[in-house]
Amino acid sequence: MSNVQSSPIDSLLTDHQPIVNDFQIMIATVNGSGSQTANTAILRALFRMGIPVSGKNIFPSNIQGLPTWFTIRLSKDGYTARRMDYQILVAMNRTTAAEDIKGLPPQGVCLYPEEWQIQHDRDDITYYSIPVKALVDASDTPSNLTSYVSNMAYVGVLATLLNIDMEQIRFALDFHFDGKAKPVNMNMAIVTAAYEWAQDNLAKTDPYMVEPMDKTQGMLLLDGNSAGALGSVFGGVSFSAWYPITPSTSMIDSLRAYLNDLRTDPETGLATYAVVQAEDEIGAIGMVIGAGWAGARAMTATSGPGLSLMTEFAGLAYYAEVPAVVWDVQRMGPSTGLPTRTAQGDVLTAYFLGHGDTKHPVLFPCDVHEAFEFGWKAFDLAERLQTPIFVLSDLDLGMNLWMSEPFDYPDTPMDRGKVLTAEDLEELGGFARYADVDGDGIGYRTLPGTDHPKAAYLARGTGHNEQARYSERPEDWVRNMERLNRKFDTARSLVPAPDVDEAGAEIGLIAYGTTHACVVEARDRLEAEGVATDYLRLRALPLNGVTRDFIEQHSRIYVVENNTDGQMAQIIRMEFPDLAPRVFSLAYSDGLPLTPRWLTAGVLEQER
Amino acid sequence: MGTRVNLIGLQRNDYKGGDSTLCQGCGHNSISNQIVAVCYELSINPHDVIKLSGIGCSSKSPAYFLNRSHGFNALHGRMPAIATGSTTANNRLIAIGVSGDGDTGSIGLGQFKHMVRRNVPVVYIVENNGVYGLTKGQFSATADIGQELKYAGMNELPPIDICLEALAADASFVARSFAGDSKQVRELLKAAIRHRGTAVLDIISPCVTFNNHESSTKSYPYGKVHEEPLQDITFIPEQEPIIVDMMEPGQVQAVELHDGSHLVLKKLDPDKHDPTDKMAAFRLIEEAREANQFITGLIYVEEDRPTLAETSHMVDTPLVHLTDEQLRPPREKLDRLLDHLTCCN
Repeated sequence: MSNVQSSPIDSLLTDHQPIVNDFQIMIATVNGSGSQTANTAILRALFRMGIPVSGKNIFPSNIQGLPTWFTIRLSKDGYTARRMDYQILVAMNRTTAAEDIKGLPPQGVCLYPEEWQIQHDRDDITYYSIPVKALVDASDTPSNLTSYVSNMAYVGVLATLLNIDMEQIRFALDFHFDGKAKPVNMNMAIVTAAYEWAQDNLAKTDPYMVEPMDKTQGMLLLDGNSAGALGSVFGGVSFSAWYPITPSTSMIDSLRAYLNDLRTDPETGLATYAVVQAEDEIGAIGMVIGAGWAGARAMTATSGPGLSLMTEFAGLAYYAEVPAVVWDVQRMGPSTGLPTRTAQGDVLTAYFLGHGDTKHPVLFPCDVHEAFEFGWKAFDLAERLQTPIFVLSDLDLGMNLWMSEPFDYPDTPMDRGKVLTAEDLEELGGFARYADVDGDGIGYRTLPGTDHPKAAYLARGTGHNEQARYSERPEDWVRNMERLNRKFDTARSLVPAPDVDEAGAEIGLIAYGTTHACVVEARDRLEAEGVATDYLRLRALPLNGVTRDFIEQHSRIYVVENNTDGQMAQIIRMEFPDLAPRVFSLAYSDGLPLTPRWLTAGVLEQER
Repeated sequence: MGTRVNLIGLQRNDYKGGDSTLCQGCGHNSISNQIVAVCYELSINPHDVIKLSGIGCSSKSPAYFLNRSHGFNALHGRMPAIATGSTTANNRLIAIGVSGDGDTGSIGLGQFKHMVRRNVPVVYIVENNGVYGLTKGQFSATADIGQELKYAGMNELPPIDICLEALAADASFVARSFAGDSKQVRELLKAAIRHRGTAVLDIISPCVTFNNHESSTKSYPYGKVHEEPLQDITFIPEQEPIIVDMMEPGQVQAVELHDGSHLVLKKLDPDKHDPTDKMAAFRLIEEAREANQFITGLIYVEEDRPTLAETSHMVDTPLVHLTDEQLRPPREKLDRLLDHLTCCN
């Protein structure tokens, strides 16, 4: 059988240099068809070949049936931002195939199942049809599993066409199935059959190739939700309560798995932790605050709608001064929005979550390495500052696989903050819960169960004086709020400082979180266009003098963010009103990560 | 007479709270007094107790008892979440929660039922007066159908029965009492404190300002005339002998609590209710409602139901007592995990 459909452009291609390790593969499938195994196998095999890769799963809010796209970007230069174009299409979803094929550039490649018998409408791309059904039928796969393994056919064909190392595909499957021989062999059988069929039947006429490199040695590949969960475990988390919500759910799944591995008492086999699935996010945050008040390191993970429900409790924890860690893996809002698409839309909400004069420290991990780091640091900050700490991740970081240097074991002991023991109380003769003894705005607390007659206080959301007693006196209210503001100023120097890369450019970029990948690449492109930029990556709110200095040193500042209203730009202008005229917002949100192409164009438009 | 002390050498005064700011004669004050009395009598260390509440008149009361206990005055209807987190973090704490009928029957009904379903170890008192006091007299969800109030007019909706909701959520301890019946409140409180899961105490606690006229089933005059105790209840601490009058066989039932203490129930006519029979408990509440009876006493108890800590398979050591070394896994564990993830081992 001949499956090679040559197009007139073939002769031209022979004149072209091969394109090596610098293109994007897009695999279009139907949600629920089990393509994740195949897609991550390709991604991991390329990674193991030493080639910088990044994968993005663009999926619907649906269990089965709606279209899903998985992109695998290979970048010899190590870029990991989203790329809009794709050169190789694996068309496995008939519904979207026509549109997907339209999106291919000249010289593009389309793989599709032979059974479709589609028209080859474009003569500037290469079509390869794959006999998926025949390959699966020829294998001895049990009939109930054929739909799952059939995706392996395109893995094998791609291995032939691109020259992916088959041994690394086996390693990748072995990793995926945790060394279980049966599924590895069953899937690998299809990969091998497809690989051999392609070797025998396909004549390669496209320019795309992979070659081994040495750019990933010693690195790991992990999703941000797992990294944040692992970091939390090394932060000593003991209690978590949560309510399922995309895209944060897998963070708690990972947390449970890591806790089960690392925090099971070897003698009794019992858990030295608790993870409670709450009835809703109000319950979840309430339980976390209860546990934090009692002295446990406690966290929850949620997304925008859950964050909204946590509002009243966030204000209570701010005002009663109870440590808690809240991860918000952001998705598209307002409202239910697009539950399976990414955004940085909760910045203002998280910063001011609660009624009255409420504000919170917010951390912005930009990659999986930082997700791990902030996983443990958030607890130190929460207990030091006796307040909720919000960690704003997003779907792009949380649910996609990213390359990273190995994580660093915490380099500081756990900071349990200002907690008085019975002995301390005996020595001091008592304490006032909300008195500013040290001038940093942070009071001393005691934990329930402390065996001392003067240990107790009543935590409350109502107005209170330094002794935590109910008070409606205006001067008590003002004094308390002034202290809370002093505490917030203390937080400015305690939260992770911005990461600054400057070399005297006239303009500066400010970004935070996952837009980092986009900024890194866009800066190189801008430089190639003759526009030099300095860069400050915010790692947390509240802001401090470092950011102010950076803005002062540049004529124009572009604040880059993945939302519609330019939320961080608003905060910066609000905090530094005198510098507001030089702060410009470059904000965009369509559900997908920002692209360097968009950012480069955006800056050039302003600068030229 | 010398100063009396209990088994741990504390005086009754060591259990008192701040001065109440509730109305004079409020049922809630008498319940606060019973909490003080019971903790003193049981020789409970105040620092082992946490006082929890939601929002409302009832929820102010933790400030009026046990000054030497930590407390958390939480959000409206959200005390169950605080109770769940704090008792899971430290299982040595004795949690006494005080809620009201608005707090539990309306805004917090969801949290209440989920707490009960998880069998969180907490004494959950609902100071039930059928009316919103702090907002000046609206009907609560437990108000009687057909009742009239000056501010709110006629209540057209049927009441939510806290005990029935608790039973439906598989509560392991359900009792109803009357703030005017101090002895019964006291004995039930003792049993509730010794019970190891959620103990729901629905205590009719009259609002003397907004809902204390005879036509209201949540009033003192009504309660004093109509209360029908199911049992004459006596709490017997562990290791003390149970001496009961066996003159009327079949009339006395002793329920053993988890710590070895007992609740001796001398059944009063006409009910002869068996509080270990769940279907009987459902029937009892519904039949009492239909017959307009104000029954009080122990409605249901199930000592064997697993608590949240048990269904979570947790260690007995309180999580807050774990050392930093137990909380943060060692460097080798991280290295091992990273090795597994790293290219290309």
